[in-house]
Amino acid sequence: MDVSPRHAWSVWRRNATLYRRTWKFNILPNFFEPVFYLTAIGIGVGAYISEIGGMRYIEFLTPGLLAVAAMHGASFEVTYNVYVRIHFEKAYDGMLTTPVGPDDILIGELLWSMTRSLFYGGGFFIVAALFGLVPFPGGLAALVVIPLAGLLFAAIGLAFTMRIPFIDLFSFYFTLFLTPLFLFSDVFFPIRERLPGAWLIVAEALPLLHPVRLARSAFLGEWGWVALWDVGYILAVSAVLLEFARRGVRKRMMS
Amino acid sequence: MPEPKPPVVSMRGVSKSYGRSLAVDGLDLDVPAGQCFGLLGPNGAGKTTTLRMIYGAARPSAGTVAVFGRDVARHGRAVRAQLGVTLQDNVLIETATARENMEIFGRHYLLDAETIARRVGTLVEFLQLGAHADMIVRRLSGGFKRRLAVALSLMNMPELLILDEPTTGLDPNVRQGLWSRIRALRAAGTTVLITTHYMDEAERLCDRVVIMTRGRAIADDAPAALIAAHLAREAIEFDCDEAEGERFLAGLDDAVPHLRTGDRLMAFADDAGWLQEALRALDGGDRRPFVLRPANLEDVFLSLSGTRLDEEG
Repeated sequence: MDVSPRHAWSVWRRNATLYRRTWKFNILPNFFEPVFYLTAIGIGVGAYISEIGGMRYIEFLTPGLLAVAAMHGASFEVTYNVYVRIHFEKAYDGMLTTPVGPDDILIGELLWSMTRSLFYGGGFFIVAALFGLVPFPGGLAALVVIPLAGLLFAAIGLAFTMRIPFIDLFSFYFTLFLTPLFLFSDVFFPIRERLPGAWLIVAEALPLLHPVRLARSAFLGEWGWVALWDVGYILAVSAVLLEFARRGVRKRMMS
Repeated sequence: MPEPKPPVVSMRGVSKSYGRSLAVDGLDLDVPAGQCFGLLGPNGAGKTTTLRMIYGAARPSAGTVAVFGRDVARHGRAVRAQLGVTLQDNVLIETATARENMEIFGRHYLLDAETIARRVGTLVEFLQLGAHADMIVRRLSGGFKRRLAVALSLMNMPELLILDEPTTGLDPNVRQGLWSRIRALRAAGTTVLITTHYMDEAERLCDRVVIMTRGRAIADDAPAALIAAHLAREAIEFDCDEAEGERFLAGLDDAVPHLRTGDRLMAFADDAGWLQEALRALDGGDRRPFVLRPANLEDVFLSLSGTRLDEEG
């Protein structure tokens, strides 16, 4: 990697400058969406569930949805928005006439999508706190999970976006990748109690599982060795996919 | 006599292939400092690929590219800090104002806020953007968008300005305006490298041109020198079929350089007055229209390549 932090920062600032124009429209849905989920699923569905792992269903659900919010915040940015910048706005072609290099662009976009995940996840966190669902002060540790989930899903999304030939493939990304992750990553039910043992090892490959488990540990205040594995997974998978994305950028922009 | 400056761009044996197709084929090129240098050629001749290798967005498959005496492959970032590029398609943020576009670009050059504000002011004046500077780019006319695109590439006050087809698709008055700005920059000491497939643009702006076709440079000199070397200063142009043409040319006392494109025959002489008289005499009573005009680079291109500039290279 040949990253110049100041040039990468100029890419981040570009996005931030444009976001400032529309932030009111972008930020508000971040607050509504978690309210809907927490009331419909947490309170509505939760009313039929007596308890889950010794807690109210909504308490089980909240940390999972926090990780999901961070996942979505990063994912929207690195899919459609980055694709539009490459193919329609040709923004990277413009940047590459300046001292900004391809790796600076990648890191700038990565940081910006992590920032978006902070807005999303942070919005959810605030709403959850207002619902009285965040245990203080222990639950504050879950705030660290937001950028980690942002990093992971930004890296996955960038690797995908930098390599795909046409925009329609994003519908696969969302319906065949993110949606099943959302449904089967410990967010709505504990997969440990539903999957036979051998499958549990396979389930460890699911990316969303790791930030969900970390967020739940933070909310419960119960940390185990598995947290190290979760953090290690997030960092390692992100690094590998960023390298894959990096080669994609060079191939696409610099040939 | 001042020491002659080293060339700003120096390409040696540069080739670039995409799969099996060769976009640039063994190109040698020197862009002298302080001049306006033109890459002239039809679409597909390899002009844009050549530019991309100069600012480091494409790597040559063979050969070396040095800009400001530094190898672009190794010092791309430092080289790009000293040059500006206006791409063929405007790269603008349509949802931001012209001013915001310039500020964002300035930050890519790591300029501080004060410098950016000052340069934006200078460039708004230089390119006569006026009140349009605070309009959303989406609402600007094509001419203003193009001027903004040029302004972006001047944010770092480059020593080398690269313009890829700067006036393609613009109104005549907008073209004239941009030409005057390019001349002003050159007069202030900026080296300008432009690509164009308009021979009038090349003749008006360029101190020196390289004519490219199929990835090769087929001529490299001052426009007037190219015309003098390959044809003559003036041209007579008229319609006739091939047999008639043979008859006309055979009837002249001296052999003259000539070109044919379709049914149009062009004959060249340094002072074509006598030629016009002679041809009119040979024409007998037909009184067909003869056009007397200065010879131009389009003619040179036709004579060198056998095709017209607006055909595919």
